[in-house]
Amino acid sequence: MATIAARVVPVPVRLGGGRHIVERNFLLYRRSWVVFLSGFFEPVFYLLSIGIGVAHLVGDFTLSDGTKIAYAAFVAPAMLASSAMNGAIFDSTYNIFFRMKYAKLYDSMLATPLRPWDVATGEVTWALLRGAIYSAMFIVVMLIMGLISSWWALLALPASVLIGFAFAGAGMALTTFMRSWQDFEFVQLAIMPMFLFSATFYPVETYPGAIRWLVEITPLYQGVVLERAFSTGNVGWFLLIHALYLAAMGTLGMYVASRRLGKLLLK
Amino acid sequence: MALAVENGRRMFDYWLTVYKRTWKGTMISSFLLPMLYLAAMGIGLGSFVDSNGTGALGGVSYLQFIAPGLLASTALQIAVGEATYPVMSGLKWQKFYHSMIATPLRPADVVYGQLGFIAFRVFTSCAVFLVIITLFGGLKSPLGVLGLPVALLVGMAVAGPIAAYATILDNDSGFAMVFRFGVVPAFLFSGAFFPVSQLPDWIEWLAYVSPLWHAVDLSRNLSLGTVNPLLALGNLAYLLTWFLVGTWLAVRGFTKKLIG
Amino acid sequence: MSDQRESLVHVRGLRKSYGDFEAVRGIDLDVWRGEAFGFLGPNGAGKSSTMRMIGAVSPVSGGTLKILGLDPAADGPAIRARLGVCPQDDTLDTELTVRENLTIYGRYFGLSRAECRERADELLEFVALTEKAKVKVDELSGGMKRRLTIARSLVSKPDLLLLDEPTTGLDPQARHLLWDKLFRLKQAGVTLIITTHYMDEAEQLCDRLVVMDGGLIAAEGSPADLIRDYSTREVTELRFGPDVMLADHDALAGKVEDLAQRIEVLPDRLLLYTDDGEHAVAQVHERGLQPAAVLVRRSTLEDVFLRLTGRTLVD
Repeated sequence: MATIAARVVPVPVRLGGGRHIVERNFLLYRRSWVVFLSGFFEPVFYLLSIGIGVAHLVGDFTLSDGTKIAYAAFVAPAMLASSAMNGAIFDSTYNIFFRMKYAKLYDSMLATPLRPWDVATGEVTWALLRGAIYSAMFIVVMLIMGLISSWWALLALPASVLIGFAFAGAGMALTTFMRSWQDFEFVQLAIMPMFLFSATFYPVETYPGAIRWLVEITPLYQGVVLERAFSTGNVGWFLLIHALYLAAMGTLGMYVASRRLGKLLLK
Repeated sequence: MALAVENGRRMFDYWLTVYKRTWKGTMISSFLLPMLYLAAMGIGLGSFVDSNGTGALGGVSYLQFIAPGLLASTALQIAVGEATYPVMSGLKWQKFYHSMIATPLRPADVVYGQLGFIAFRVFTSCAVFLVIITLFGGLKSPLGVLGLPVALLVGMAVAGPIAAYATILDNDSGFAMVFRFGVVPAFLFSGAFFPVSQLPDWIEWLAYVSPLWHAVDLSRNLSLGTVNPLLALGNLAYLLTWFLVGTWLAVRGFTKKLIG
Repeated sequence: MSDQRESLVHVRGLRKSYGDFEAVRGIDLDVWRGEAFGFLGPNGAGKSSTMRMIGAVSPVSGGTLKILGLDPAADGPAIRARLGVCPQDDTLDTELTVRENLTIYGRYFGLSRAECRERADELLEFVALTEKAKVKVDELSGGMKRRLTIARSLVSKPDLLLLDEPTTGLDPQARHLLWDKLFRLKQAGVTLIITTHYMDEAEQLCDRLVVMDGGLIAAEGSPADLIRDYSTREVTELRFGPDVMLADHDALAGKVEDLAQRIEVLPDRLLLYTDDGEHAVAQVHERGLQPAAVLVRRSTLEDVFLRLTGRTLVD
């Protein structure tokens, strides 16, 4: 009988169990694809508001290397980086906290052969896939609006996935330390100033010495520099430092997250 | 009527009791974020706008142009925030509304109390924000402080319809839609950051439908001293209509949900 | 005695502490293949902690634990691949439908999609939820959720099924339906480990059980063994009507003390533990006592339980 055969041959323990968590989230969003797609509109609204309205008031920017750039073309890559950050943070903080504390989803996952590492990689992979879809759509909008002036923009998508990785890893690690929803106010407290001040709306040169230095070490600033370089074509080896910063942040976050998840759930 | 006021007050007491415990958590979203917006846009970006020439804004500084609009937008965001998740929690998650109408309170009282608390939240948050705006030099004339009652009015104008909407939802994913297709576009396109005349015609008309535009326009005109009495009355009448119809819808929705 | 039976769960001196608190303080037991084994005990006795350790989701603090011959510290995923777990709280995936809960759970075990679909349909049939397949979990009743949780724990065709308080909070119909399903599983050769604080459940389902109290095993054996060892064959219950106070009960108990091996004084009645209940009743009347009501019944696990763990609440 098949039943007996299945008992004798143990279920294979495969590597990369994280992909099943991706599958689970896919299953969930297949039903609410309207909600899924709607996530794409927010950054586009920002871009349109700035491109149509504010850009008119600001005029053109002159970058530090002397090139002139339309304000919308200056802000668009920053919006791309910010939305990669926002999406990754939302998925890796609120969503994961809810699943961990209220839905007890991970308790049931860890009763199977899945390990905390699988849960962490699965959730982050999902966040990145979702983010990549939004980013790709956003880049198309940029292209249509004439805000891309270089073939280097092909790297804008991988760069936004890298930004997503950095923030998803860090966000998930932080979430494992959260005690209640009130702690999420602190996430807001970190995200909003970064969104507003990381050379998103005006050049970093605007800031005086110490503040400028502070802005330059924020993670979002690394992403903004990368995206702006790719969409304008002002590239150079210095970009590698920004990319490495983000990669290191994401990796460290993932490591901490999976260790802490194990501690929290397997006790 | 007296009964409604008394019962509504009891409900309001409930919310105030809860808020005494949770007010610290709302500090960041209520005060800090609008202030950061004011700094980043009004001062940071403002310096570029001002040096580019502010003819399109009627000659005022960008800070003074956006400050009254940001005040009204803050009111809208707080009101929508308080009319979505807390209302659904009362109806579905913690179900405290159900325990309330097991007392002499009626569904309408529950609505009045809830709206009263939203009014309290909007008013206190906006009052503090107004002080900050004044300190930044964001008001052109003292009449700008009348932006506070206008902010309260726009908050109440949206609280009712949103609370009514909350009663017909099965889960909170509908709120994501409210924020993505309601609050965010309203915030970005209701003239807080640039004159809506810059928008393509059809979006410009959409902006006029939004209650936020009426509040932004009115409180900006008050601050800049450019009030046109007839237009101002129109703004007020529009917002008041939203408030009354919205409240009526909310009472209907709550009644249906709680005892229907 | 040489043991031919295969021990699926082998426990020696097992301990579990959370900080300063010792939830399990050194227990020994074996669960044999094919049996239904029960953990009985009041809340806080250490049952759930033991279950979590056996489920390989909670590191042991001391002692030996082998599950299916493997060490949970080293082979957690391999052990869990062969376990079915039905936790105390339903940890169903509330964002998914009933059927999706089963299919995706099978995927966590690495089963193929086709296999998951097939298993899901079989199991929905088994727990009588086929009609609810497309419904969201939130819309199910408590009993349905419990059945779905049990179905989910069977997706991987486990060798060993862990059920932590499977029927707590269910109405009588739902409980009987569940017992029926569990009995059928047992007949199909699945080894069951059950925790419960319901005596009727333990008597219905368990071949063998341990009574836990304060992190230790207070007694072990089959339900019949336990009744024989820790109680008498019969119990005589005497009620003296509403006017008789507790103090009077103590006095009355003194008069019949010698008729029973043990006496329990309750606010509303006296319990006489004796092997011949009718004889005790006759003696009581002979001594001129006139109880308002008399009941002679067989001892149950409840009597054993209350004797071993006392009547005081230990929350």
